[in-house]
Amino acid sequence: MAPQTLYEKLWSSHVVRQQPDGTALIYIDRHLVHEVTSPQAFEGLKLAGRQPWRVGSIVATADHNTPTDHWDEGIKDPISRQQVETLDANIREFGALSYFPFRDDRQGIVHVIGPEHGATLPGMTVVCGDSHTSTHGAFACLAHGIGTSEVEHVLATQCLLQKKSKTMLIRVDGMLGRGVTAKDMVLAIIGRIGTAGGTGYAIEFGGSAVRALSMEGRMTVCNMAIEAGARAGLVAVDDTTLDYLKGRPFAPSGEMWEQAVAYWRTLHSDEGAQFDQVVTLDASQIEPQVTWGTSPEMVTGVGGRVPDPAAEPDPVRRSGIERALQYMGLAPNTPIGEIPVDQVFIGSCTNSRIEDLREAATVVRGRSKAASVRRVLVVPGSGLVKRQAEAEGLHKIFVAAGFEWREPGCSMCLAMNADRLEAGEHCASTSNRNFEGRQGAGGRTHLVSPAMAAAAAVTGRFTDVRELI
Amino acid sequence: MQPITLIEGIVAPLDRANVDTDAIIPKQFLKSIKRSGFGPNLFDEWRYLDHGEPGQDCSARPLKPDFVLNQPRYRGAQILLTRDNFGCGSSREHAPWALADYGFRVLIGPSYADIFFNNCFKNGLLPIVLPAAQVDELFRACEATEGYRLVVDLPVQVIRRPDGAEIGFEVDAFRKECLVNGWDDIGLTLRHADEIRAFEARRRAEHPYYFA
Ligand code: SF4
Repeated sequence: MAPQTLYEKLWSSHVVRQQPDGTALIYIDRHLVHEVTSPQAFEGLKLAGRQPWRVGSIVATADHNTPTDHWDEGIKDPISRQQVETLDANIREFGALSYFPFRDDRQGIVHVIGPEHGATLPGMTVVCGDSHTSTHGAFACLAHGIGTSEVEHVLATQCLLQKKSKTMLIRVDGMLGRGVTAKDMVLAIIGRIGTAGGTGYAIEFGGSAVRALSMEGRMTVCNMAIEAGARAGLVAVDDTTLDYLKGRPFAPSGEMWEQAVAYWRTLHSDEGAQFDQVVTLDASQIEPQVTWGTSPEMVTGVGGRVPDPAAEPDPVRRSGIERALQYMGLAPNTPIGEIPVDQVFIGSCTNSRIEDLREAATVVRGRSKAASVRRVLVVPGSGLVKRQAEAEGLHKIFVAAGFEWREPGCSMCLAMNADRLEAGEHCASTSNRNFEGRQGAGGRTHLVSPAMAAAAAVTGRFTDVRELI
Repeated sequence: MQPITLIEGIVAPLDRANVDTDAIIPKQFLKSIKRSGFGPNLFDEWRYLDHGEPGQDCSARPLKPDFVLNQPRYRGAQILLTRDNFGCGSSREHAPWALADYGFRVLIGPSYADIFFNNCFKNGLLPIVLPAAQVDELFRACEATEGYRLVVDLPVQVIRRPDGAEIGFEVDAFRKECLVNGWDDIGLTLRHADEIRAFEARRRAEHPYYFA
């Protein structure tokens, strides 16, 4: 058989049937559900008198709308509360493999809890009504974000109508420098290929620098594949993957584990497999990254400067830069290190796992929040991450530094709950989108790694974290 | 989706061009977690004297007596006569949801906005396009006759007037098949339910650990 890419293996093992125009019915193994994009899908199912095809595929949680403090007081915003209660009722009515409701001690961001419970396994197809479902591709599974009508389609049929993507390999070789993380790697990739660079592709991340990443780091990279325009990101299975999964609640055990591992070991691109496009980067050249604009591709190294639109020959790009600088309140050529920070957000499905919190704590230990910084939020990705961090004493480091240690959830990643920026505030954020108004109307988001966010919190401006560690 | 074959019903004439989806269902109702229940707020600003909010009991709200749907003679209408470019503006699927929830099954007009037109078929609503002169003629007949009814016979693609005269109309063959059979994407996929079940059984045998 001709050598195959990982994507082709995952695709062909899930095709139920294919139409002459190339549209295929793809079988879905895991369906992750949260409160915002599921109510109309369940409603549609009920109106049509249908039942979910396989409730054992569903893992659900409430994360987008939930508050991150005063959990004892419940959800104050009535519309948010209604969405969360609707999810409770739908799961009660139809069932699920597992549900982590608001205030459950294992509740958390849907893309954090799937892997942490072993509900995301290599070789699966995983869908969720959320674009950052690409995160799960770190486990060599085919993971897509889908819309509400597709959520209903998957509930009712266990399938999704899809056309095959093109394949791209992004190979990062060499070693990341000290203080440079997976987040910097993926921001540098997006800076290189642009936010539309991966449109129409499934991106496989490979090379020695990707192999050297932990599962947390690989999830951070795949999480932002969508920000590079790709609906799916992938990393091949290796010992790191298997070590992470072993012993997790929904991972197989005993003989079944051996059987699974034998198959999972085949989940990599074959020697000589052809990709439609290959991009290579040298890890040793990557600096800690900071975005200066309103799109993740508007990014530079911490030692760089905000660009000067006058130097941009392409008129469309020039006006894009001008608009972004105006929104961000930044003058051309400002050194990144001179941009002051008003708030810091450490959290989101990109960077709220235990390793991210450890990275931040290493920088913060023995230091405290700069007086000019109004607030630093540390929001763990799940209840389990929170407990682990507390067991390691990380929360004490944050609290001693004047940071706020919160309950898990999406929080200020999208500001659907009460956590948000005021107009004009600059935020060092470990999340994934710096769009206008994303973290609050008029808020100005700069995407960074957890270590860089911590550095900004203690110095009050963007600072090269390598100077602090 | 409820199939559409033969619809016989009261006709209501909405004599305005460029009715946009925000008029069909105003934005405050998009916060809803449902796709049903929009009927009472269909054309909310035209229909009621006060400002509507989600979750309100609409039965006690003061009505604008002039608005066509508030006139007793059009109560229970299933067919809506429209003018040019109906359904323009925001792509919200709530617009066809609201029309269908109110009880409309068929729209007749000279033209529709593209996205709205597509959304109608996904939600069991038949938007019929007729030449402007024929639409004009139907508006006149409908306004002149209390209790004016039409028969829309989708399988043979004909509108029957009370005097027995017939008006033919066009509809895309695939969309017609879906409406007549009440199929949506899900319905179509479920035609392959046996294949899905067979695939699932094979997968369960080969990879039992995905089905724990
Ligand atoms: S953390 Fe942010 S990006 Fe991730 S699922 Fe929540 S809202 Fe979406």
